[in-house]
Amino acid sequence: MIAYSNPMMPHLCRINSRKKETHDTFTITLDVNDEEMSPVFRPGQFNMLYLYGVGEVPISISGHPQKTGKMVHTIRSCGTVTRGLARLKSGMPVGVRGPFGSSWPVTHAYGRDLLIVAGGIGLAPLRPAIYQALAHRKHFGKLILLYGARSPEDVLFYKELQTWQKRSDMTVYLTVDHAISDWDHHVGVVTNLIPRVNFDADDTVAMVCGPEIMMRYAIMALRNQEVPENHIYLSMERNMKCAIGLCGHCQLGPKFVCKDGPVFPYHRIAPYFNKREI
Amino acid sequence: MVLLDRNTLNQMFEALAESGFTVIGPTVRDNAIVLDRVNSINDLPVGWTDDQERGAYRLKQETAGAFFNFTNGPHSWKRFLYPPQLTLFNARRRNGDIELIPEKPTDEKFALIGVRPCDLAAIGIHDRIFLKDHHVDTDYRERRKNLFIVAVNCLNPGNTCFCTSMGTGPTAGTGYDLVLTELFDEDQHHFLAGTGSVAGTKMLEKLSAPPASPALLHHCDEMLKEAATKMGRNIRTDELADMLRESFDDPYWQEASAACLSCGNCTMVCPTCFCATVEDVTDLTGETATRVRRWDSCFNGEFSYIHGGILRQSTLSRYRQWVTHKLSSWEEQFGSSGCVGCGRCITWCPVGIDITEVAGKFWEKKYPSRKKAATKRQQPREVLIPVN
Ligand SMILES: Cc1cc2nc3c(=O)[nH]c(=O)nc-3n(C[C@H](O)[C@H](O)[C@H](O)COP(=O)(O)OP(=O)(O)OC[C@H]3O[C@@H](n4cnc5c(N)ncnc54)[C@H](O)[C@@H]3O)c2cc1C
Ligand code: SF4
Ligand code: SF4
Repeated sequence: MIAYSNPMMPHLCRINSRKKETHDTFTITLDVNDEEMSPVFRPGQFNMLYLYGVGEVPISISGHPQKTGKMVHTIRSCGTVTRGLARLKSGMPVGVRGPFGSSWPVTHAYGRDLLIVAGGIGLAPLRPAIYQALAHRKHFGKLILLYGARSPEDVLFYKELQTWQKRSDMTVYLTVDHAISDWDHHVGVVTNLIPRVNFDADDTVAMVCGPEIMMRYAIMALRNQEVPENHIYLSMERNMKCAIGLCGHCQLGPKFVCKDGPVFPYHRIAPYFNKREI
Repeated sequence: MVLLDRNTLNQMFEALAESGFTVIGPTVRDNAIVLDRVNSINDLPVGWTDDQERGAYRLKQETAGAFFNFTNGPHSWKRFLYPPQLTLFNARRRNGDIELIPEKPTDEKFALIGVRPCDLAAIGIHDRIFLKDHHVDTDYRERRKNLFIVAVNCLNPGNTCFCTSMGTGPTAGTGYDLVLTELFDEDQHHFLAGTGSVAGTKMLEKLSAPPASPALLHHCDEMLKEAATKMGRNIRTDELADMLRESFDDPYWQEASAACLSCGNCTMVCPTCFCATVEDVTDLTGETATRVRRWDSCFNGEFSYIHGGILRQSTLSRYRQWVTHKLSSWEEQFGSSGCVGCGRCITWCPVGIDITEVAGKFWEKKYPSRKKAATKRQQPREVLIPVN
């Protein structure tokens, strides 16, 4: 079997179901039947999704890590490949390589407060970590999710957020940059919420994912609260053509985002983070 | 160590071809010494030599007929081990269903004749990247597995060479099957040949050449030692990686990259640069699709594109990325410098930007009173990882 020992060779997975999330975002669930492909993943990992004849893009896995044999992907349709993926129907095949990359160290937060800060589509890669934390809820102190979107219609997984919000063992704050009249959550950037929630700063693990600018302000806010640098984790985004550290595109200083990341403890990438044109 | 003459060397070409090797070596084409198929010693650049300077390359015909009296041309061996274009797979669509058809790896066996010590080190660096990392490049593995390497030591380093500084030459370290040193003067034309592998030893047995005298070996050693002092360029590498790691905001990058055209020539000629992109091509009906890997360059805009824009907009940022990757971050990534001192990027830069000058500037700035270039020869680096 030369084919599948080759990490550049996709596996075919059929779309089991698809769901519209927001005006520009959708979720597809893929069946993993190929024996050569891992049916499991760790929260924060991603797959390369190949759209026949068009291209291949890195997309995080957004499903439950304990449900094996399925790969769930939540995708914002914004360009050539993602718009094409948006048009695929149930039953159609997608090429998949993966799972790749590092993961959210959920167990690092055992015995501590877990603070999750997400912006926009950044909630998708964090959802498996939330599922995992909820499945082992008793191991954590506080469990807090701060989520920000541009507008109410951009809020991802709204129903699920509402269910989480109702739980007594989880704190969820939602915010949008621009609100309409019947929005009864916060307004303003998500990072403004950080000083307003109650957590044990020096015994907290923070997981942050969103646009780079948002992550930058999140880190500033977390550092202001004195969350230690090595307790802050973020997921980075760079152009990727191979996902196995051989195409060179995703370099961030000496780091390869695909194989050393995408999830990094902040102190490991601090010298390269927030540097223009690095 | 044995002594080959022209005829025995020619027999080696025949023996390699008989064993099924595609024999690749230096040959003259389009006013340059390139790497391509060679059938016999007559295809080598017999009597040719080259003049190299920043942004300049010229071939010269000498009356005498040495085979290897030149240094590296624009090609490097990576084009055979890591081809500029490679089909990754084909795909077929029928009735909404897709079939993915893996591309069979090449079964071509290459014999590389005339691999210079710096380029041998470059192959070792690619071995580290493509065979010893988290994932293996399966196409590289197949090509590498069957390789026969004939290295050639350098007695006349070129004007843009600095392998001594990088610890890669001018004497080949390890990783070859055979190593030659060309002995050429009025009285003789011979090749001192040593073996570095079982395959190399078998080849020498086949060629049945006489052993070289201890006096000749000594003479050869002396010449190679002298060659190490004749480098056209030198840099200091101690502390260089650290200096560059901290150089991000250094205003000197402005000056260093001012002339850069962002053409990417340096990355194409560099024997260690390995960045690649992929392209998807379909036929007109859309019934078949092909995914192709191509060499890419960090000097291209799309290289750093993510939705919303190109991350490295300025030429400065691309030049800085290239130099800091080669001379600094490579060490953290793969345990060695990404530069072997072959000098190609200096010669083939259309505006003559010189990586040794740029590296030297960082040194000068930090230690204005110290010597910019090492005069002491560095210990040869053992980077080559034997395959199999
Ligand atoms: C580790 C990782 C995880 C990701 N997870 C998700 C996710 O869960 N959901 C989601 O919607 N998006 C995710 N993205 C972003 C997603 O990969 C891009 O939106 C997508 O590549 C855009 O491709 P396109 O062809 O539609 O866009 P175009 O703008 O047409 O882009 C052209 C090409 O540029 C490259 N490219 C463009 N934007 C990006 C980008 N942001 N990151 C990497 N390469 C890019 C791709 O090769 C793409 O095909 C992730 C990116 C990374 C690196
Ligand atoms: S950086 Fe320049 S001198 Fe160094 S190996 Fe590459 S081409 Fe040769
Ligand atoms: S350094 Fe020279 S060869 Fe490299 S991109 Fe700039 S102009 Fe081109």
